[in-house]
Amino acid sequence: MTTLEGVDLPPAGGVDLQSVTRDEAALRRFLHGLPGVDQVGAEGRAAGLATRSIKTSAKAWAIDTAISMVDLTTLEGADTPGKVRSLSAKAIRPDPSDPTVASVAAVCVYPDLVETAVRALRGSSVGVASVATAFPSGRASLETKLHDVRDAVAAGATEIDMVIDRGAFLAGRYLQVFDEIVATKAACGNAHLKVILETGELVTLDAARRASWLALLAGGDFIKTSTGKVTPAATPGVALVMLEAVRDFRAATGELRGVKLAGGIRTSKDAIRYLVMVNETVGDDWLTPDLFRFGASSLLNDLLLQRHKLKTGAYDGPDYVTVD
Amino acid sequence: MSEPRLRVRRTAKLYVKGAFPRSESGRSYPVHSASGELVAHAAQASRKDVRDAVLAARGAFGGWSAATAYNRGQVLYRVAELLDGRRDQFVAEVREAEGGSGDDAAALVDAAIDRWVHYAGWADKYAQVVGATNPVAGPYFTFSLPEPTGVVGVIAPQDSSLLGLVSVLAPVLTTGNTAVVLAAQDRPLPAVSLGEVLATSDVPAGVVNILTGFTAELAPWLASHRDVNAIDLTGVAAADRAALEVQAADNVKRVHSPRAVDWAAEPGRSRLDAFVETKTVWHPIGV
Amino acid sequence: MAKFEYAPAPESRDIARLRPSYQIFVDGRFRDGRGEAVKTINPADEQPLAEVAEASPEDVADAVAAARRALDGPWGRTSGADRGKYLFRIARAVQERARELAVLESLDNGKPIRESRDVDVPTAAAHFFYYAGWADKLGHAGFGPDPKPVGVAGQIIPWNFPLLMAAWKIAPALACGNTVVLKPAETTPLTALVLAEIIAEADLPPGVVNVLTGGPAIGQAIVESDVDKIAFTGSTEVGKIIRRTLAGTGRRVSLELGGKAANIVFDDAPIDQAVEGIVNGIFFNQGQVCCAGSRLLVQESVVDEVVASLQRRLATLRLGDPLDKNTDVGAINSAEQLARITELTDSGVAEGATRWSPPCEVPPRGYWFVPTVFTDVAQAHRIAREEIFGPVLSVLTFRTPDEAVEKANNTPYGLSAGVWTEKGSRILSMASKLRAGVVWANTFNRFDPTAPFGGYKESGFGREGGRHGLEAYLDV
Repeated sequence: MTTLEGVDLPPAGGVDLQSVTRDEAALRRFLHGLPGVDQVGAEGRAAGLATRSIKTSAKAWAIDTAISMVDLTTLEGADTPGKVRSLSAKAIRPDPSDPTVASVAAVCVYPDLVETAVRALRGSSVGVASVATAFPSGRASLETKLHDVRDAVAAGATEIDMVIDRGAFLAGRYLQVFDEIVATKAACGNAHLKVILETGELVTLDAARRASWLALLAGGDFIKTSTGKVTPAATPGVALVMLEAVRDFRAATGELRGVKLAGGIRTSKDAIRYLVMVNETVGDDWLTPDLFRFGASSLLNDLLLQRHKLKTGAYDGPDYVTVD
Repeated sequence: MSEPRLRVRRTAKLYVKGAFPRSESGRSYPVHSASGELVAHAAQASRKDVRDAVLAARGAFGGWSAATAYNRGQVLYRVAELLDGRRDQFVAEVREAEGGSGDDAAALVDAAIDRWVHYAGWADKYAQVVGATNPVAGPYFTFSLPEPTGVVGVIAPQDSSLLGLVSVLAPVLTTGNTAVVLAAQDRPLPAVSLGEVLATSDVPAGVVNILTGFTAELAPWLASHRDVNAIDLTGVAAADRAALEVQAADNVKRVHSPRAVDWAAEPGRSRLDAFVETKTVWHPIGV
Repeated sequence: MAKFEYAPAPESRDIARLRPSYQIFVDGRFRDGRGEAVKTINPADEQPLAEVAEASPEDVADAVAAARRALDGPWGRTSGADRGKYLFRIARAVQERARELAVLESLDNGKPIRESRDVDVPTAAAHFFYYAGWADKLGHAGFGPDPKPVGVAGQIIPWNFPLLMAAWKIAPALACGNTVVLKPAETTPLTALVLAEIIAEADLPPGVVNVLTGGPAIGQAIVESDVDKIAFTGSTEVGKIIRRTLAGTGRRVSLELGGKAANIVFDDAPIDQAVEGIVNGIFFNQGQVCCAGSRLLVQESVVDEVVASLQRRLATLRLGDPLDKNTDVGAINSAEQLARITELTDSGVAEGATRWSPPCEVPPRGYWFVPTVFTDVAQAHRIAREEIFGPVLSVLTFRTPDEAVEKANNTPYGLSAGVWTEKGSRILSMASKLRAGVVWANTFNRFDPTAPFGGYKESGFGREGGRHGLEAYLDV
């Protein structure tokens, strides 16, 4: 009953999306002309979706799907090749005791460890994502940021997670943000580009909606909530607004773009709630790792524990999954 | 026949930020019953304990003042429920502290429990009673509503160790303030026990902080503290109030300085009114 | 086949502790009514749930006499503070038995467990909490220093929110010192009878609350009895009959009747939230809500976008087993109500409106009506004028704020209205011009014990909730 067949999608509103990025004024008019988001209503809707009760077969499907959507992440100053190799092994085979558990979508590391990850993941289906553009603050010259991206791509990254310049966005210099995304996209070559909005610093849902459209107009393959270094990170309200943006972008252009939620998603319950939100907001076309991801580290083990619980009927402890 | 069981005595501690520290000063002072027997050594708080308590109260203010009035009412009612469950303990402590008969003490404790219920009911009524829309002469919608003042320093009455304490503390909390309370100097034990009740009810840590010690030593630190928004001088002798009011003027504290209070009487609204600000909002009306 | 099929997640029926039979509650005792023994039906499968021995006119007389004795006796002597403490006990007991009450409500009424669990039962408990707090503060309520109760109140409530309406009626009445004779609707008596059990366990003196089940004849007997006041929630038609019956008796009356609310969406509205508000406005409780936003007035410049978004959203509504935690749209309460909804929607098609429903499977048994949206609706159509009391939305358009006000007010009803716009001054301007007792702005169907609720015009008079709700039960 959640398919959208037989339902007409809303019209694009007659906006020529080519022309809205023509200059600063046009871009501002377009972004400020987007319908507002009522925070209370949006968060209420998100909370309502969170009351869905996902049981038995639906839960098993959701857990397996969520595992396949994880970007297994380590972004610490203390990261080493050893840590990345260990994480990569876990990414390929999350549960050593059960080969039916699928690999995760990607491993996400800093640029200098991409090479290690590429070597460790060779022959597997797991992608290598790298944060770049002076992650997480993005406070560097454009040239430095693009250099960061080229480094990562040259080392074999298949996905680039960039950060937008939140300072420029909050100061209203939208075209600057737009141009930087376009330049980053160009530097990515064949690598997929995920655009991190860092919604915790944008604060309002109106800003999250504008930033989402900005990133989509600039050619981001994914829009991503957060770096994971700022609180709050992914919240239900933000996720809803970003999903609505890709939904409306599809209605306007026919193109399907992805959403990645990162930061603060630690439990299976949270992950399943977000899958419900995807299902009921944008539809099940998005229920694939190609269009929806979780950026997380501890989430994977909780998904595995819940998977054990469903299979065996007994609760497991943390000693029954691998630490990384 | 065996020996009577040896009782385990409680250490009377402070209640700050949801925990039970001893005074940072390491001091304590003897507490005597109404009949003059030594019953405990209570923590003797210092100015640094006052400072810690104010920090805790300020930290808790955001959450407590933003909680819905309904939620605050539920929390205050929960205090009454838990206090009722420990009624016998409080009757014994109040009798020990204030003397009189068991029935007298029981009446005081019952009234104290019911006072929490009374104020629980005020939480979501108060704005309805004192708030207003203002029929201004122009195309504007304006309304005025009460908001909590902030951190309130409460010097609890010296005579009424539980009913008086609850009667001064509950109204401060009802409207969304947080409190630093100086318990009755010579009768502090019911206040110490009330802290234990509050800690196990749903009152968030830091919303209420209870210090025991010497009023004359601690009250000036509360009165002069620039991050305390209001002070209740109920437990200060009339002759000592002027000096504290002078100190309170430094950051324009709201000062509540009532004359003798009959704790058994209907409380009325004055203690609620004492620790609120009125906010008026204007908005144009037009298509 | 959808990728993500939600497996059934039914709440257990056992939680309701359903008994084979239920009794009326008179003078502190449960006993068989002397009227007919009637089976109450689960509207989701048309199977009987329990047998209820309904009241007779003699039982009404007993209940009114018991209420009078309690008023003149123990209850009249009870202090405000103690009345409050009784009400706090009831509130806590409703919270403690929330899940039981929610399941029972969904079984008896057909509403989704999500709503009975998240709205009906918690709001009922909150209502008792709120009025508990007033009982010792009536002197602060603005009705004089020591206002007195009206006396014995006869209270007749509908089937759409059985427990919640009982709470709306009983809580303020007791807070003000009245005693009551309450009649729940014939098709939904069960939660009111469990509430009677809660009241008995709270040790209220006998006769303070009496609960009589029965049909219109029992309602009429209460209206014609020796009560001091009638509080009625239900149809405008019956409200008028009650008002006529009480003419000249000097007895007090408050009426909360039908509605045909306009939900007005401007072109600068937060569209995604407006769509949620429209859905909540008309499909909450299967549209069986007197304040339902049954007329959607959309500014013409955004009507295509709004209707398309609305249709897309409706495709995700899940209709079915009320006890399934994922059900959004439950069963219609009775065959009679279903017939009325069907007749009115048929008239919509006949009068030329365009009917649309999402693809939706309907269970084989039970009373079901698929969410329905009419576009191309004219102000003159019956579906734009008559209260349907079902999941049926009529979409009309407007060009200017003045036209929106004119159309919204062009009804004999005046219970509620909705306004959707990001512009604050427009909200306040619209609110001041709408002839309705409740105006929701950028939200809809919000209920809170602190907020007065009630209608203008043929939607009734008197307010329930808030400080204003006390007036109906005070001799002022």
